[in-house]
Amino acid sequence: MSLATFPPAATPGAATPLSAQGALVERHWREQSMRRRIYTVGGLAVLFLALSGSLWFANETNAGKFFDRLPYFFDFFIDLAPRDPMEIWRALFDLPSPYDDGSFKYNYPEGRVYLTESLYVPEYFYKMLETLNIAILSTLIGFTFGFLLCFVAAKNLVRNPWLRGSVRRLMELLRAFPEIVIAGFFVAVLTLGPIPAIIAVSIHTVGSLGKMFFEVVENADMRPDEGLRAVGANWFERVWFAIVPQVAPNFMSYALLRLEINVRASTIIGAVGGGGIGEVLRLSISRGHEAKTLAIILLLFLTIVAVDQFSAWLRKRLVGNQAFEFGR
Amino acid sequence: MAANSSAQLSAGDVEDIVARHPEVFRNRPWKRYRAPLAILAVALYSVYCWSFFGIGKVLQDGNWDIAGNYLADWISYEVRPDFEIEPDGAILLEWPRFSPLGANPDPDWIVTSTATMERRRVEEGVTASGTAADKTANSFMVPDAMGTTPQAAAPSGGTSSFSFMAPDAATGGGADADAAVPGEPQTVVEEVITQASVTLGAGNLIEIAPTRVVVTRGTESVAVRLGPGELVTVEGDLPEWAQQKRAGRKVLAYFGFNGRAEIDYDGVKVRHRFIGWENFVFDANSPFWGKSAGEVFGLIVSGERIDPDRSNLSLAWNNILYNADWQHLDVWTKLLQTIVMAFVGTLFAGIVAFPLAFLAARNITRSRIVNQINKRFFDFLRSVDMLIWALFFTRAFGPGPLAGMSAIFFTDTGTLGKLYAEALENIDDKQREGVRSVGASPASVQRFGVLPQVLPVFASQALYFWESNTRSATIIGAVGAGGIGLKLWEAMRTNQDWENVAYMVFLILAVVFLFDGISNALRSRLMGGQKR
Repeated sequence: MSLATFPPAATPGAATPLSAQGALVERHWREQSMRRRIYTVGGLAVLFLALSGSLWFANETNAGKFFDRLPYFFDFFIDLAPRDPMEIWRALFDLPSPYDDGSFKYNYPEGRVYLTESLYVPEYFYKMLETLNIAILSTLIGFTFGFLLCFVAAKNLVRNPWLRGSVRRLMELLRAFPEIVIAGFFVAVLTLGPIPAIIAVSIHTVGSLGKMFFEVVENADMRPDEGLRAVGANWFERVWFAIVPQVAPNFMSYALLRLEINVRASTIIGAVGGGGIGEVLRLSISRGHEAKTLAIILLLFLTIVAVDQFSAWLRKRLVGNQAFEFGR
Repeated sequence: MAANSSAQLSAGDVEDIVARHPEVFRNRPWKRYRAPLAILAVALYSVYCWSFFGIGKVLQDGNWDIAGNYLADWISYEVRPDFEIEPDGAILLEWPRFSPLGANPDPDWIVTSTATMERRRVEEGVTASGTAADKTANSFMVPDAMGTTPQAAAPSGGTSSFSFMAPDAATGGGADADAAVPGEPQTVVEEVITQASVTLGAGNLIEIAPTRVVVTRGTESVAVRLGPGELVTVEGDLPEWAQQKRAGRKVLAYFGFNGRAEIDYDGVKVRHRFIGWENFVFDANSPFWGKSAGEVFGLIVSGERIDPDRSNLSLAWNNILYNADWQHLDVWTKLLQTIVMAFVGTLFAGIVAFPLAFLAARNITRSRIVNQINKRFFDFLRSVDMLIWALFFTRAFGPGPLAGMSAIFFTDTGTLGKLYAEALENIDDKQREGVRSVGASPASVQRFGVLPQVLPVFASQALYFWESNTRSATIIGAVGAGGIGLKLWEAMRTNQDWENVAYMVFLILAVVFLFDGISNALRSRLMGGQKR
């Protein structure tokens, strides 16, 4: 059975001619399927045109052209190969290198952060901790403000459309405002370092978590709320005793999801001046320090995997299998 | 409950039951103290972060005064005339090189009175030859470069500079070779500004005379005496809106949003702020600059050709695109790059993730090895951060949208693949069974048993990521992966072009909101009412 004839098409040359009613239905069906086909083909054609136009434009405005650069594609990997695989290990744990010539390339022990006389945290672990702290702190800040705002934005709790609408617009704005601009502004006001990154990521988190939260609140069961209202509870009591217990697991789940995203986001913000592991990664790539770069990539990769696994495990415990809900 | 009173427990029954099973009714300490403990943990963690990042110190050291200025720069601009007071009492009005008012500004908020003056242009008893030389260099540069000394009379800039340099050479000793003519100090007759008054918004006035500056804000006013020497003295008390950090030094006067003035013994620097984006359409070098919309329209439709080689319309369009202050064409190109990066990256990611997800879903492909290989591959792509992919592809393809596009493509192949595989594993098996039971080929089973269930979900998730990637593409652009990110970052780093930042942010927000709307509308149609 071929794909095209399933479900079975009407056979136009069938023995019995259709009644007037039947012919009408058949004609209507044909029109419908024709229109559907036109839409499909048209949509694909538009998509294809947009895609080829985009590719052409991207290639034209790129510094290197795709086909010119393709032969050198793996040069970067070759460049990245350290002279000795053990170097990655040494760079990761700030152990002295036998190739040390005083240059920045092999000065692994210089980054050590000493806790006591002899106990130290290797530089990249410290930077990674910094990035993780940025992510966790901004998730906490985002959670707090998103939590405070979301109930005001929920249709089932606030009847006033103006209040609700303005809080929603505010959250949309916070979500859509480019993080890099917030970071850049606070870099100008404060200084280079993690605090602009915290502010930028937090502001974005308030917007995205707030949006997810109020959708959860809108889907909450309103019967506990009715019960509380019947006994004369005020708005805050209703929210706290009727809504919060229902939505708390979902809130936590979304916050954990956001934490995963924020770890990545704070790495990227770090690379453009926010401190942390992103900054050292960018510097070491641009300076061509192979072992350092690989050590950072390895550490970053393992951290992200660990955070993702931990968060997935916790989310599964909190809300069961609806753990991964993107969108809306 | 109330209706079925026979089943209701009396208070005594409840107590009996509680007494029999106390462990059920007692809150475990962990549960009871969960909320306070969580709050305590968060508080402790915040304190730890406060010290870890040194937040208090950084916030304290922050340059908060300037923050307001930067924010104001988003929607306004400053015009910065400098009034230099020469020792002989002449006032020179100078403008910075790229003044928003064009090359020869004559704004109506500056009123000057001029007088003809015989200037000997020699400083008697050159005590501070260094400062004198500085000043000559300044006053030499400006009329020459800008031609702003309003009625520069007889001698050209060159001659006056020559006569300036001469005494310096004579007294200072180690002089330049070309200024080594120890001629007579020349006397020139010039028409110079002797008094100026600057209005900064309603009620604010700065009246500048060679030895005395009177600043008025609303009903209050304060007079500042300049000189003798380098002394700046305030007559009477300073009002709240003015300050003098050290006695005898310069006085700063603030006029709120309207601007400020810096009064020193050798001149007054005025910063006058105007709301709006200056020269947004045409820059000061354009022949259309300073004309009203009607005039420009008239020129384009029926005016004489300004540039004989092309029509006025094409000239105007060209001037807009290459506006030096706003760089419209460049901004639009970079924005389009960002959009293209997100679009192509997400589309390719969806196309590649689609077949791989079928291999990764354990209910579709019955091989645990293939499932696991694919799933770990997705995890790998996802966990190597978008930043690393961006840096890597920037090295491979050079800076530009190809790099950003590839970074988004790689990361999102992982994310979409994982999501698609999960969606496939959650499908309803009955439809597949039904198609299989009528003897359909394996391909047909997928096509008619599986695809109709998951395709809307797939498309919806791809659309969501398209929108979210438009935002991420802005950021990775800043590390060199193309798009508007780098341009934004550069504009911010100068600390001068906040209005350009605002312009780009405005464009980005418009695009993000537009795509958010499109993506939401398409998704709600795809998912047919159900929200997620």
